[in-house]
Amino acid sequence: MASVGASVRVCGIETEYGITDRADPGANPILLSSMLVSEYRQSVGAATAPWDYGGEDPLNDQRGYRRARGQAHPDLLTDAPARADGGVTLRRRRGSWEDPSHLNAVLSNGARLYVDHAHPEYSGPEVTTARDAVRWDRAGDEVARRAAVAASIDGVSVALYKNNVDGKGASYGTHENFLVERAVPFDELARRITPHLVTRQIFTGAGRVGLGQRGEEPGFQISQRADYMEAEVGLETTLRRPIVNTRDEPHANPARWRRLHVIIGDANCMDVPTLLKVGTTALVLSAIEAGDERLDVLELKDPVEAVYAVSRDLSLGRRLPLASGASATALEIQRALLEIARDYATDEGDAEVLARWESILERLGRDPFACAADVEWVAKLQFLGRLRSRNGAAGEPLPWDDPRLQAADVQWSDLDPTRGLCSRLAAAGAVERLVTDAQTAEAVTTPPSTTRAWLRGRMVGTRPEIVDAAGWSTIVLDRETDHGDLEVVTLDDPLATTHPLLDSLLAP
Amino acid sequence: MPQVTSGETPYDDVPEPEPPTPGGAPQAQTDAVDALLDEIDVTLQANAEQFVRSFVQKGGE
Repeated sequence: MASVGASVRVCGIETEYGITDRADPGANPILLSSMLVSEYRQSVGAATAPWDYGGEDPLNDQRGYRRARGQAHPDLLTDAPARADGGVTLRRRRGSWEDPSHLNAVLSNGARLYVDHAHPEYSGPEVTTARDAVRWDRAGDEVARRAAVAASIDGVSVALYKNNVDGKGASYGTHENFLVERAVPFDELARRITPHLVTRQIFTGAGRVGLGQRGEEPGFQISQRADYMEAEVGLETTLRRPIVNTRDEPHANPARWRRLHVIIGDANCMDVPTLLKVGTTALVLSAIEAGDERLDVLELKDPVEAVYAVSRDLSLGRRLPLASGASATALEIQRALLEIARDYATDEGDAEVLARWESILERLGRDPFACAADVEWVAKLQFLGRLRSRNGAAGEPLPWDDPRLQAADVQWSDLDPTRGLCSRLAAAGAVERLVTDAQTAEAVTTPPSTTRAWLRGRMVGTRPEIVDAAGWSTIVLDRETDHGDLEVVTLDDPLATTHPLLDSLLAP
Repeated sequence: MPQVTSGETPYDDVPEPEPPTPGGAPQAQTDAVDALLDEIDVTLQANAEQFVRSFVQKGGE
């Protein structure tokens, strides 16, 4: 396991997929999504668990706790509050509010597959490196793809899209989560991370046909999500979406950690943007935790306006007003962040992030199309540009509001590898992959070994008969005991990869 | 450190910079794009309008 210290950044990615029935475009997406989850549960046999909502229901927890010192594992039972890390508390059996299994599945790789609003969502397991974030993100795509196959029965043909917009006003999210030291004041965290979140889109953007939330203006822009960011800081994720989200739910010891919930990012079908999305942000967060004041000169005058401006500036030459009265391009801000981030690299993974970051900034500055294999908006723009010039009339390329371009934009992200344009370009070697298909397949069933997902995933995968439910920081056991209650194992430390009771249950 | 220039540049005052023109991608890359376009051109032409009209999602998150 990775050494515990400032260099370990716990993070994870959640993806909501677009969903349709190819055979019936009017099909109810909530129904389709729940079919997807329940059919996937059935297809993998017993190796899933329900989601533990118990920890989110304090009344029930309070009523469920009682001492049982003499009864089971005296060393492990604790009468301390539920937050006691590594402790085991008792909970009465649940009644009618039990989680409906068709809406939720905790998987043997430590992830959660569930229905969020009208979309299937894969919340990846906690990881500690950008490489692992890519690997378990790709595993999520494979889980979703297999689930779509499993749910395509009785004339239904489920299609999933790893994108963020429908071009008609709806947007759905791809969220990153990073644990950050709570010692950093929130306003300082928000102020210092914002310039990065606004400008990193030049290498994380997935590209989008259409300008404006409904695509009302023809054109192409760098980011899928940019037009849906309407505030600098806020709690919402579905309206007045903020650049920095204030949800404070660390799923870890709240005295030590906050969870930075990043909602501005695009869904990426390409690996390098995912690596850099997570890797560069983690390094900038290390600079923020260290109180690095060099970040302050990069503060933007109007961050929300700048999100739109950067997304629409395919030349990468537009100058953004800074709070200081000076101005800088997104590329210049990113180069400055790269130089600061160099001081916080601690291992080979960080070195890879820095090298790729530097290389991409250099190529973007020289000729963006030199990034067609590792920057998604460039790959998409190159593809659509070719489509435009081949099909144009009278020497003019196809206009940006041509349905062929809008269709190709969506089909770019189809998870079916025989249809998805990005997948097909990757299969032809035109898009760089960081994770092999074999590594992805392994990560579909295996959890990362560096976080508590290692315990959660293996319990679900190998002892599902005694796992009543699991959450990010709990595993609820249902087994033969004298006291007759459920046992709630609390794992407040995301880096916990061992636990006396769980290890004894996992032993062959 | 940042290469900033002094003097504020409001968003509305500057002309839109020119978008890039393809050129930097290696030949193998553009060949792969053309090969894929050869395969999908006809169906795209026939189905795109209907596909776009029916791709409707609900907001999420």
